[in-house]
Amino acid sequence: MCLAVPAEVVELMEDGLALVEIGGVRKQISLMLVDDAEIGDFVLVHAGFAIEKVDAEEARRTLEILEEYAHLDETGPGLYA
Amino acid sequence: MRFVDEFREPELLRGQLEEIRRIGFRASFMEVCGTHTMAISRAGLRPLLAGRVELVSGPGCPVCVTSEADIGRAIALAGLEGVTLATFGDMMRVPGPQGTLSEAASRGAAVKVVYSPLEALRLAREDPGRRVVFLGVGFETTAPAVAASLLTARRDGVGNFFVLSLHKLVPPALRALLEMEDFAIDGFLLPGHVSAVLGARAYSFLADEYGVPGVVAGFEAADILRALCMLMEMKRGGKASVAVEYTRAVREEGNPRARAVMEEVFEPADAEWRGLGIIPASGLQLREEFRPHDAGAWEVESPAPAGDRGCRCGDVLCGRIRPPDCPLFARACTPESPVGPCMVSTEGTCASYYLYDFREGEGHVG
Ligand code: SF4
Repeated sequence: MCLAVPAEVVELMEDGLALVEIGGVRKQISLMLVDDAEIGDFVLVHAGFAIEKVDAEEARRTLEILEEYAHLDETGPGLYA
Repeated sequence: MRFVDEFREPELLRGQLEEIRRIGFRASFMEVCGTHTMAISRAGLRPLLAGRVELVSGPGCPVCVTSEADIGRAIALAGLEGVTLATFGDMMRVPGPQGTLSEAASRGAAVKVVYSPLEALRLAREDPGRRVVFLGVGFETTAPAVAASLLTARRDGVGNFFVLSLHKLVPPALRALLEMEDFAIDGFLLPGHVSAVLGARAYSFLADEYGVPGVVAGFEAADILRALCMLMEMKRGGKASVAVEYTRAVREEGNPRARAVMEEVFEPADAEWRGLGIIPASGLQLREEFRPHDAGAWEVESPAPAGDRGCRCGDVLCGRIRPPDCPLFARACTPESPVGPCMVSTEGTCASYYLYDFREGEGHVG
């Protein structure tokens, strides 16, 4: 349930927002639910929000496996997007 | 079928499988989480573990556990004049009493698929003349994100943003399963991302009150096998506890900030789960002060649940049957034309089995 994707914080923006990079794609997310995320930190992203900070090396490993899920959902973005 | 040598770390996994065999007794564990169900099926673990560990899927897909009546209510809201319903995509094809949201959209209802509740909030800002309702489904992983969006809406005075909260809480559902008479499971593989928010401590009642062990696991095959080894060791030692395998993302105390945001906006309420019925304090409703944003408080006429379509999702979600035991599985019910929600969502148990464990002509391989 509730797939969350590890992503690297690449830019801090106004209003608690940030740009993160997930598998080469940049996305705007909210950092409202985590404490002091900095550029270079890895966070778990779910439904447009960082829900927890994660270890960078482990995050990279997890990312690989998640790529395979991405093309499975033909109904469009889900809870797990 | 995928064999163990297709894994990226075959030696590690082979070692773990041997370890499970070495521990040497039969056990059945429930993976509560839909993402685990998917990962297990995808890695072909069920057949590899056959004879040792039976993995039973539980009620861990939020789309799947949403009641038919609640889907009917969402569809009724989408049909209201001047309302846009924003939803995660996997809700679109779940059958309600009178069809799906997708069908409602093709009849003219304004339904928008979004990745994030923040996108729904943006829709509301951009079109102040419409009421935008976000369909809030999900567990503790998702509820804080919806709560944070609502706090932002209130802060910025976006009065046309609403939430229909169908959120569900995992610990009360585990309790309900354990209270079921015919429930016999040796332990739980606990959800990784729900636990990132909740923390492992939230499950201590499993061991303390029911003597059932639980391990919070990550989503790689190696994570799952390691968690199973931990569960088997606990079982063998006769000492139930709750442990974390997924330490790279889960802390004992979880994410207090996310929980505080969730608690600021929501309070527990009774909720109806598909398969499990009404479970006390297992859902989330908006607190009184957020009532102006609560689409759950709107009076709408939603149709009564339709008659029995033969779908056994309720039994699948409680671990009573496996998807292939449903007479409709892979016949009348496939991901292309799903009869029940467990076949709709990518993380639904029936869809996971269909995509990975089932082969045409070969039948079920698990
Ligand atoms: S196979 Fe289809 S009809 Fe049967 S339980 Fe699963 S979703 Fe329901």
